[in-house]
Amino acid sequence: MPLIKVGAHLDSEIAEDAFVTVADDAPLTDAPAIVSLARFKKERDVLLARNTPLGIRLKAAENPEELGDDVHHFAVVVLEIPTFKDGRAFSWARILRTRMKYRGEVRSVGHILYDQVALLQRVGVDAFELPETITLAQVRRALGEMKNVYQPSADGRKTIRDLRAG
Amino acid sequence: MYRYDEFDAQFVAERVEQFRYQVARRLAGELTEDEFKPLRLMNGLYLQLHAYMLRIAVPYGTLSSKQLRKLGQIARKYDKGYGHFTTRTNLQLNWPKLVDVPDILAELASVEMHCIQTSGNCIRNVTADQFAGATAEEMEDPRPLCEIIRQWSTRHPEFTFLARKFKIAVGATEHDRAALQYHDMAVQVVRNAEGRTGYLVMAGGGMGRTPYVAHVMREFVEREDILAYLEAVLRVYNEDSRRDNIHKQRIKILINAIGPEEMRRRVAREFEEIKASGTLQLPQDELDRIKTYFAPPEFEKLPDVSSQFEVAQQRDADFANWVMTNVAKHKQPGYAIATISLKPVGGVPGDATSDQMEALADLMDEFGFDEVRVSHEQNLVLPHVKKRDLPAVYARLKALGVATPNAGLITDIIACPGLDYCDLANARSIPVAQDIARRFENLQRQHDIGELKIKISGCINACGHHHAGHIGILGVDKKGVEYYQLQLGGSGAEDASIGDIMGPGFGRHEIANAVERVVDHYLKVRLDGERFLDTYRRVGMEPFKNVAYLEQLYAAY
Amino acid sequence: MAAAPKLPQMITANRLRDGEVVWWKAGHWVERIEQGSVYEDPKAAAAALTEAQVFVTDRVVVNPYLFEVRVTDGRIKPASERELIRAAGPTVRHDLGKQSCPTLESFDVSL
Repeated sequence: MPLIKVGAHLDSEIAEDAFVTVADDAPLTDAPAIVSLARFKKERDVLLARNTPLGIRLKAAENPEELGDDVHHFAVVVLEIPTFKDGRAFSWARILRTRMKYRGEVRSVGHILYDQVALLQRVGVDAFELPETITLAQVRRALGEMKNVYQPSADGRKTIRDLRAG
Repeated sequence: MYRYDEFDAQFVAERVEQFRYQVARRLAGELTEDEFKPLRLMNGLYLQLHAYMLRIAVPYGTLSSKQLRKLGQIARKYDKGYGHFTTRTNLQLNWPKLVDVPDILAELASVEMHCIQTSGNCIRNVTADQFAGATAEEMEDPRPLCEIIRQWSTRHPEFTFLARKFKIAVGATEHDRAALQYHDMAVQVVRNAEGRTGYLVMAGGGMGRTPYVAHVMREFVEREDILAYLEAVLRVYNEDSRRDNIHKQRIKILINAIGPEEMRRRVAREFEEIKASGTLQLPQDELDRIKTYFAPPEFEKLPDVSSQFEVAQQRDADFANWVMTNVAKHKQPGYAIATISLKPVGGVPGDATSDQMEALADLMDEFGFDEVRVSHEQNLVLPHVKKRDLPAVYARLKALGVATPNAGLITDIIACPGLDYCDLANARSIPVAQDIARRFENLQRQHDIGELKIKISGCINACGHHHAGHIGILGVDKKGVEYYQLQLGGSGAEDASIGDIMGPGFGRHEIANAVERVVDHYLKVRLDGERFLDTYRRVGMEPFKNVAYLEQLYAAY
Repeated sequence: MAAAPKLPQMITANRLRDGEVVWWKAGHWVERIEQGSVYEDPKAAAAALTEAQVFVTDRVVVNPYLFEVRVTDGRIKPASERELIRAAGPTVRHDLGKQSCPTLESFDVSL
């Protein structure tokens, strides 16, 4: 499935995935790698010593706060969504952006619904690996469906209250 | 009441188009039912036994005459000419067609209504006292805060896929008419020792399989901090709730698992950070701006005593009876609060026909009532009636069949739709309500019994709030046969308690008898001034249990 | 000892577009339970349910499933109260649901 990246102005494009997701028991190559939290905990120093970009893939139950300041070593944080019903990733993304001030790529992968794309974007997700049924055209449509928002979130977007104040 | 500005109107219009697109994709096969279901639920559309069911949001139970009229029209045009008012003050249509729902939503939008978040694992309708803005009891009208919470929670990007649904209520009176302590989260308007008005926040109440009464999360939250605090509670819930067992995913389970102390600690941590970020602060001018929408109508300066009203009570015994139960004190001299009963004896609790809705809208216009309220006890309320108008209003209500003089009495029963309508039900609830109401129809007997809240649910999901019934009834399926469990001593008021289960269930044709025996026993042993609930709390289950099972005992011989 | 004979089965679903309750009749859907196909043989019932799935993919119905009935003197009665109510309509509103239609051939609605 293609990687779709969303820019600051809600422009979205298909992008090359520079990273390779490496299984826990597989050897690393020279390519930029995404590893699991478990592997990072075990091999932290080795992984950080590498000269290539590093990414981490968190399961739904894994709070990114476990990374602490290490989060800033990662070029990408991947948030797994095992089923669309599991909305924890929305809080994890939010925390990455606002509490941990993470500036790298936050990527959602998994069982994501069309209706979740715009919401994920608001909480700070800027890259998506989506099911085949959600095309780039659909992503663009989803992002533009609701012009205004009622509450602040990680995207820093002006809320309806801000707009009312003029 | 709140009026949409261009932003609100645009939001709802876009939401309608969004759903129209989703329906089109579903019908074209681009979405499977599994993919479509969460989307339709977010717009309140269920698939029930006979048909789809559409749940229309009535924010904090407040409707204008225009809105009530439109609901009647929609029910006639797209449904079968009636709707059902629920225990969360929403309106349900039982027979809409999927293909019509986008148009229904568009018609609702034309009167500033919607079905957003009336289902799904998200923040649901915010409810309040049906006497808000009219009762002298309140510290202030709770509805401006309800509206602020409604906007904050609408399509909240972080909290749209919670572990389960999340229900919020706001209260501002000592006497709780909104069952605050049974909500996932509730806000009570309070004043602190320095005389500042702020909010007490509680969380973790709930009905269902495992009922709980809420715990206090914070005794006093400053006004400007309230949204930050609510967001903190939701975030902890979203992060830490279980996701592995649908029966253990409400916030009540989380708080019970980690303990209220630990919950408070986690919430406090989130709260401090959100507050410090400043993004969710609620400035006084915003609160004031919303408050202006809820300014009371231009009250006439009237004497508190109305001779028309007094004379009419003397002349018309029916009217006098109705006043006794259905008319409550208003803060403004010369005014009163009138409850419109949707509990005709033998009728379906909470149902209203299109004709009734439209006629009530006409009544509202004619008498200058800008609002009608929906109570969680499935009745309607006219919050600002001039006392001198009460006789005329009563006559009109009576002609419409909504003047049953039973507010708060034993025949004012709360019942979920049950197996007659609902896909989740195990047993029927409405016929039980009808049987019991017919049994106790005699008004004198009802007055003698006094306040007795019977609540009936057709399944463990407890939409009939049976845990909070003075007498609660739960319908169960025992090997394909309907049985009804009795619970006694529940309360949804400020003295919240969960009803105690009596024992084995009663059959469909025994349950009304059992209830009658329980009630008769209360009449026998009560002390002066005791309601049923008070007597139960004094004497306990044992004596009631003994009389209730009498029929079985006789049968055994 | 021989197992008790299983009850005959029928297939029911809701129509996608309007939510109407429908029953399977050998290749298509009907709006009256007494018009539907009754399967004595569980294997035939299961095969029919598989055949019915096409109508899910084709966006005609939602969630078809099997349920049990009893047939007495040619009259069909669902074994469960739930399916009885689905076939007739709400017991508290005889003017609503399929029971309200004058062309409805009577079937045993007693609970």
